[in-house]
Amino acid sequence: MPATTLSKTAAHDPRVFDLDQLSLRELNQALHNLAPGSNETAWEVLNPKGSHSVAVGVDQPVAIDVRGSVGYYCGGMNSGSTITVHGSAGPGVGENMMSGSITIKGDASQYAGATGKGGLLVIEGNASSRCGISMKGIDIVVHGNIGHMSAFMAQSGNLVVLGDAGDALGDSIYEARLFVRGKVDSLGADCIAKEMRAEHLELLQGLLDRAGVTGVKPSEFKRYGSARTLYNFNIDNADAY
Amino acid sequence: MTYRNPPTTPRKSATFDDYTLSEIRRAAATGIYDIRGAGAKRKLPHFDDLLFLGASISRYPLEGYRERCDTSVVLGSRHAKKPIELKIPITIAGMSFGSLSGPAKEALGRGATLSGTSTTTGDGGMTEEERGHSKQLVYQYLPSRYGMNLRDLRRADAIEVVVGQGAKPGGGGMLLGQKISDRVAEMRTLPKGIDQRSASRHPDWTGPDDLEIKILELREITDWEKPIYVKVGGARPYYDTALAVKAGADVVVVDGMQGGTAATQEVFIENVGMPTLACIRPAVQALQDLGMHRKVQLIVSGGIRNGADVAKALALGVDAVSIGTAALVALGDNDPRWEAEYNELGTTAGAYDDWHEGRDPAGITTQDPELMKRVDPVAAGRRLANYLKVMTLEAQTIARACGKNSLHNLEPEDLVALTIEAAAMAGVPLAGTNWIPGKNGF
Repeated sequence: MPATTLSKTAAHDPRVFDLDQLSLRELNQALHNLAPGSNETAWEVLNPKGSHSVAVGVDQPVAIDVRGSVGYYCGGMNSGSTITVHGSAGPGVGENMMSGSITIKGDASQYAGATGKGGLLVIEGNASSRCGISMKGIDIVVHGNIGHMSAFMAQSGNLVVLGDAGDALGDSIYEARLFVRGKVDSLGADCIAKEMRAEHLELLQGLLDRAGVTGVKPSEFKRYGSARTLYNFNIDNADAY
Repeated sequence: MTYRNPPTTPRKSATFDDYTLSEIRRAAATGIYDIRGAGAKRKLPHFDDLLFLGASISRYPLEGYRERCDTSVVLGSRHAKKPIELKIPITIAGMSFGSLSGPAKEALGRGATLSGTSTTTGDGGMTEEERGHSKQLVYQYLPSRYGMNLRDLRRADAIEVVVGQGAKPGGGGMLLGQKISDRVAEMRTLPKGIDQRSASRHPDWTGPDDLEIKILELREITDWEKPIYVKVGGARPYYDTALAVKAGADVVVVDGMQGGTAATQEVFIENVGMPTLACIRPAVQALQDLGMHRKVQLIVSGGIRNGADVAKALALGVDAVSIGTAALVALGDNDPRWEAEYNELGTTAGAYDDWHEGRDPAGITTQDPELMKRVDPVAAGRRLANYLKVMTLEAQTIARACGKNSLHNLEPEDLVALTIEAAAMAGVPLAGTNWIPGKNGF
């Protein structure tokens, strides 16, 4: 197949993009060229082999299946597409996502969902450190464990962890909600355990449903959030910084 | 009549001067370090310590009002499909909506557009006022990512990855709660009225190798159209410039310690970073060593005030300069017409720097709806355009006198230094000598 030819077998088959044959640039440009209402709603990316910036800045509601593991920033700034990585993801998967969803079948490296504004990020394996750092509205569901400094300066949105959390969870957190089912090694500055009220149980059930999690009850989780003592600077809190 | 020994005149300490004593008393009373806006106020080696030689028998000048002296510059030609073409080599630096009022941001956009140059967003996202009124708008990509979104990234004309700024290399920011109006809070996804801490490090990359991958992502998202700048505080300009080039930057922005901030600790502003003058030659040297001078453009900011400063920076090898503090003054900041109100705030026109408190009598560094009405965006934009025009004419006047038909043809050979410090920093000879400290073993 010539390097510049796209393989497209039938109108309703996925548009297949083999990164052994075509460049990352061609893939992203083709995704960005999609017009609203395009019929090319199913995409398949073969041989990502750890490529960075796979399917970044997609702004149409298409489904993209990535067959293999990806490098940094897969799905960065995603706006409305549904991306599934059938492998693991490098640092910054779904960074600054606006809407849509990203599912990682394997593990995710550092900064998963960093600064995400919206949408849903599901990590079916474990996530490394700084998961949900500076999150601003995104929902993140991790089936496994998360590393240290996760939800650092998290502003809003929800982080759900079915496993354990590392040190300094939610350091300097603002209004994001954290739900952890397992143990938390330590909480960061201004992050405290909070009462799980009915509205939180309902919210959490919804998040678990959206993430396709079954056999797990919201009542098995603890909720963490901001003590709000660092919201306005006070010298007597200086030891917390 | 008793004899009295002649008294000595009361003598104040040079070390414990009046300002220092007042700061000790203030710290003792409040228990909080002093936060303020603007850049370093201490006296530093600066462009005033350099002079142009002009023409003489060995070189002849251009006719001041007849012969053309080009001022245009193209930024971002290394990789971007759509580089920025500016009519003048003076741009408006990044200043946030939040720290500045909406009318002030609009005025910056209007003034820049009238002058054929670009303006820059800040740590608070892109507003409709500035996008609408800025023909060429640089969108800052900051550690906080407040307001960062795909639509604005794509409607920007360039992207500036901010690693640091001259007022606080290595520091983050803090926008105090009193400036967090409903609109500012919504743009930053935070509750109204709380202090907003801006991180000092990007959340999803650390180090030059990651930066290269981050720049690749931004290029992929924007289909390689936009120039990508990397802005650093003036700390290690040689290595920072080299690493930014290695990471793929189209433009490197180096901001010296006189560059302003909306709000940072006084101790940080005055004691961290290097003077703008000291940053230029190492940054230019890095580009030259890499064979990238004029291929990757260099913008320098921090204390640029007039056309002479512009010409001197360009002569040292810079492609364009950026102004922030001076642009605010052109809009009306620290204007003596508000002296009575400055006095009520315990300060005086020309010294007001509590920009973080949101009570700016000039209506620029505030979110107070009544105060911000004092800025007429059209008139203030016109003043900024006038000022930029004057700076450009001044720089052209000097360039023609040096026999140059383009501002970018000015060169270090056109300059001498008045002080040993400036000679060493700028790498030009001390006036009247051929001595460049540090060169040829001396």
